[in-house]
Amino acid sequence: MAELSTSAIQTDYMAQVRQKRIMNTILLVVFIALMLGGFATANDRNAGGFWNGLPMLLDFPADVISEAYSRAELLPGYFVKYFPSLIETINIAAASTLLGGLLGLVMSLLVTRGLAPVPWLIGPLRRVLDVLRAVPEIVIALVLIFLLGGGPVPAMIAIALHTVGALGKLFSEVNENASLKPVEGLESVGAGWTQRMWLGVIPQVAPNYLSYGLLRFEINIRASAILGFVGAGGIGYDLRNTMSWGQGKFDEAAAIFLLLFFTIVVVDQSSSYLRNRLTHGSAKGEIHA
Amino acid sequence: MLQIENLTKAFGQNKAVDTANIVVDKPAMIGIIGRSGAGKSTLLRMLNRLTDATSGAIMFDGQDVTQLRGSAKRNWQSQCAMIFQQFNLVPRMDVVSNVLHGTLNRRSTFTTMFNLYPTEDIHRAIEILDRLGIAEHAPKRAEALSGGQQQRVAIARALMQDPKIILADEPIASLDPMNAQVVMQSLRDIHEQDGRMVIANLHTLDTARRYCDRVIGMHAGRIVFDGTPDQLTTGAARDIYGADETFSEAATSTQIETLNEEVAKLADIAESV
Repeated sequence: MAELSTSAIQTDYMAQVRQKRIMNTILLVVFIALMLGGFATANDRNAGGFWNGLPMLLDFPADVISEAYSRAELLPGYFVKYFPSLIETINIAAASTLLGGLLGLVMSLLVTRGLAPVPWLIGPLRRVLDVLRAVPEIVIALVLIFLLGGGPVPAMIAIALHTVGALGKLFSEVNENASLKPVEGLESVGAGWTQRMWLGVIPQVAPNYLSYGLLRFEINIRASAILGFVGAGGIGYDLRNTMSWGQGKFDEAAAIFLLLFFTIVVVDQSSSYLRNRLTHGSAKGEIHA
Repeated sequence: MLQIENLTKAFGQNKAVDTANIVVDKPAMIGIIGRSGAGKSTLLRMLNRLTDATSGAIMFDGQDVTQLRGSAKRNWQSQCAMIFQQFNLVPRMDVVSNVLHGTLNRRSTFTTMFNLYPTEDIHRAIEILDRLGIAEHAPKRAEALSGGQQQRVAIARALMQDPKIILADEPIASLDPMNAQVVMQSLRDIHEQDGRMVIANLHTLDTARRYCDRVIGMHAGRIVFDGTPDQLTTGAARDIYGADETFSEAATSTQIETLNEEVAKLADIAESV
């Protein structure tokens, strides 16, 4: 390579910088134009109109809060009343996260380049995961409720299937960032594929698996609450009944919202605690140099 | 100029740095030596305010650095550049951008987010890279460079800050002997030509002897030696490293000749097994 003078390097680099800046400006202009254009189109198609509807946006929450506030002394009673259905909802979410997570783990190892035992299956299995993610869980649940009758089991299967698709993809992305050196080390001692995965890959990626799994648990709690709307039981069914306008049950709806909120907070807090334990080991005084 | 008074950092019951006192009157090249875990890194990190001190004061030109908050603290950090063992560059950005990061304290968040650095700064960044002999790598990503080159990019970032002090935390511990020499010589040149104060944590005695005007030895958080390299006898070195009579300077050396001896020794051991 020929030695370049400093001024030549400076000129070359400045030319690159100018090119990047021009590209960035063009992208910014296109972005703003698309945002404005898209908003106008969407607003024209809207029945009500965005700007007219905006002031009314807070009417529903205001109603809920004012009703709940005026009958605040009833809230503890509602917590007790709806607690069993909350447990049912959490149960659906927990069972589906566990099942979906385990299946997703296996799938993720099968679709990760460099780890998969059967490389030509990577493509087809990835498409399977895509399908599982593409079909809305409410559709699967409706079909299953039609076949199996209402109740928590169809909801659990529907959410678990979606979870396999979502966690399979996320886990396989985590696997891609795992170092292959321990795997090679285990291969050198004659370990089988399952042994290599279980002892070489899983210890590296377990903290990330756990945090994705617990995030999915949160999402699944919400999903199983929504499936209650279509007859899968749990707290969603109660929420639909109390939330309908004109029944004067907004205070009960508020209690259900609060229950869901506290559940998410508890899951979130225990998630970060568990994750810290897993990454840094149990709380022992570590010395930093 | 720089006065460190009774500086202490405690992690629970452990004192990483225990009532350290250092006075520096004029810019010098200072080497801090000691075993791993002796508190060298913690001392440097407290100077740069990456770590907060438990008690004590760091006075620089009459101002207590440990009490600075918010933008005053960030301003101090910009005057007190830090070089790390693992370089701590942004791997996916090009070399010049990494050097330009040295100016972040002077520029607004908005202009830096969109990479709108002034042309003079870009020119100066490339001149500094040229001074360190790596200008031809200017447009490459930092991660594409070798360890020695990356450490020189880190030094360029430090110089871009136009700092009064350069702190180097084990700058050569991840480098091979040749690159270690280049990096240490660059730091020495910066001290001699620009008159900046350089404080470097070093693992090895011979590097400290060769490049530093003054050597500070730490053992278990305490300063146990402070003097010129000539005053650093084998006895003093044994105190610093907490070693017995079998200790020799070669054991801490990274120079090529002594390395060869070590390799020969290892070969002997391998044969005898």
